[in-house]
Amino acid sequence: MTIGATVAPAGATRRAVPAHGSRRTYAAYALVTPAAALMVIMLLGPLAGVIALSFSDYQLGAPHFSWIGLANYQDLFADKVFWTALRNTLTYVVIVVPGAVIAGLAIALLIQSGTSLRSLYRTIYFLPVMATLIAMAVVWEFMLHPQFGLVNGLLRGAGLPAFAWLQDRSTALYALCAIGIWQAVGFNMVLFLAGLVSIPKQLYEAAEIDGASSGWARFRLVTWPMLGPVTTFVVVISGIRSFQVFDTVHVLTKGGPSKSTEVLIHTMYTEGFEFFRSGYAAAITVVFLVFVLALTLIKSRLADRGVHYT
Amino acid sequence: MSNAHPIPFRAILRHVLLIAGAAVMLAPFIWMISTASKPQTEIFSSELHLIPYRFALAENLREAFAKANLLRFLLNGIIVTVSIFVLQVMVALPAAYALAKLRFFGRETLFALVLFGILIPPQATAVPVFLLLHKAGLLDSYAALVLPFTISVFGIFLMRQFFKTVPDDLVDAARMDGISEFGIVWRVMLPAAIPAVTAFGIFSVVAHWNDYFWPLIVLNSEHLRTPPLAVAHFRNSEAGTSYGPLMAAAMVIIAPLVIAFLFAQRRFIEGITLTGIK
Repeated sequence: MTIGATVAPAGATRRAVPAHGSRRTYAAYALVTPAAALMVIMLLGPLAGVIALSFSDYQLGAPHFSWIGLANYQDLFADKVFWTALRNTLTYVVIVVPGAVIAGLAIALLIQSGTSLRSLYRTIYFLPVMATLIAMAVVWEFMLHPQFGLVNGLLRGAGLPAFAWLQDRSTALYALCAIGIWQAVGFNMVLFLAGLVSIPKQLYEAAEIDGASSGWARFRLVTWPMLGPVTTFVVVISGIRSFQVFDTVHVLTKGGPSKSTEVLIHTMYTEGFEFFRSGYAAAITVVFLVFVLALTLIKSRLADRGVHYT
Repeated sequence: MSNAHPIPFRAILRHVLLIAGAAVMLAPFIWMISTASKPQTEIFSSELHLIPYRFALAENLREAFAKANLLRFLLNGIIVTVSIFVLQVMVALPAAYALAKLRFFGRETLFALVLFGILIPPQATAVPVFLLLHKAGLLDSYAALVLPFTISVFGIFLMRQFFKTVPDDLVDAARMDGISEFGIVWRVMLPAAIPAVTAFGIFSVVAHWNDYFWPLIVLNSEHLRTPPLAVAHFRNSEAGTSYGPLMAAAMVIIAPLVIAFLFAQRRFIEGITLTGIK
């Protein structure tokens, strides 16, 4: 009896669901097909393609090509320019990431420590994130002009030595780092602000009762530990973005003077789109991808733990 | 820190530090406007002054517009960013709806691929996509600027997460009313998702208005140049001679987004920090 009673409705729904379900399933396939097709053509296919190309000597316009195994990688690892580019990219990352993260955190803490003019400050510090980087790079170039630039003008006014920032191989990369930090600070600040807002007020009250009276003690005991996940997150994102540095390099220095600002993506661009050595450029891309994906994996690990601050 | 007036002192210190930082952040913008307003002779003087003795903004702007077809480049920027955004929505929304609300074989695989796609930086696929466009004879066209970005896996992910929060009852009620699954996407889900679509729109438009890498790779023709490419070419062709018009051109190129940002800064910050998830 009971069995029959439960089976009957179950059978009824089972009959009803496929009728609706199959129509809905067709609709589902129709709805995802454009996205799935474009994903294969524009993203997954090219990703597989870049790896495949890196094992070939394909050149745009060449009549034929062949598979050459690891030869591109051997050439790459034997190429001084590649190692220079890698070293410069890592230097850039190692300077810009701490610079933009610490400054972003400091600004967020300062803004959050009072109530007045919060949104004005936030707007000002965020402005460089918004403004077209290429346009602002050109402005920076003029600010760094050896003779008529604002930076050297101020240095001279203060009785300090002036530099030919972007034309001097000992300063050019650092000048680009400064522009990179200037551009990234506001973005990090906003992520930190979101993190700060989500720290429960009671924790500060509790810390105060326990004798954490100074601002530094409260920062050390509450803010810093509570911001831990956001900080890791911001560090990784800044790392990924810094690895992709290209715009300022291409428009301001073209990797020069004497390769002192050559970075990975710029080398890839030159090989792939100026010399059209697609296979070789693909190999550089794969090296770049290994670094970025390593950073990304750390980030998605964090995301899996439910750390989203936006 | 005196105990009698701890708050005013701290408040003043906060403002002093923040204003000092703000001066650094704003310096390039101020210097850009200042230089764009100066005549040539004042620009090439080693004496620093912020406010021009003679205002030459109008001449510099006129010269910038005369030397480069800035209006055309701005129009290109609008055409490209709007096309990309519209196509992204047309592709992503139906897929996001299916991933969030419909059952079908392969759904989990597709979603896993979407998540994987988010991890791929845009530079990684540049060489093969370039070759693909070359084979298709599409290089140096609007299509070359737009097509590679019609698929936004990030957009699909974002909208799918949003659609998950839309109650099933709403979808069922629409089905009862005889609305097709396609109809539900555009007549039920889209209106419900306007805030998320807006945030994604800001993210998308800002990213592609400012993009330099891709247009640089696929374009040759002057008349197709996007705003960042136009500034770079302007800079290269003037090679350190006419900074006034160059700064005026830079001003014009960043103006649309900066003005929009100042009017709706909360929405912009929200939209752009979406990349935090990316």
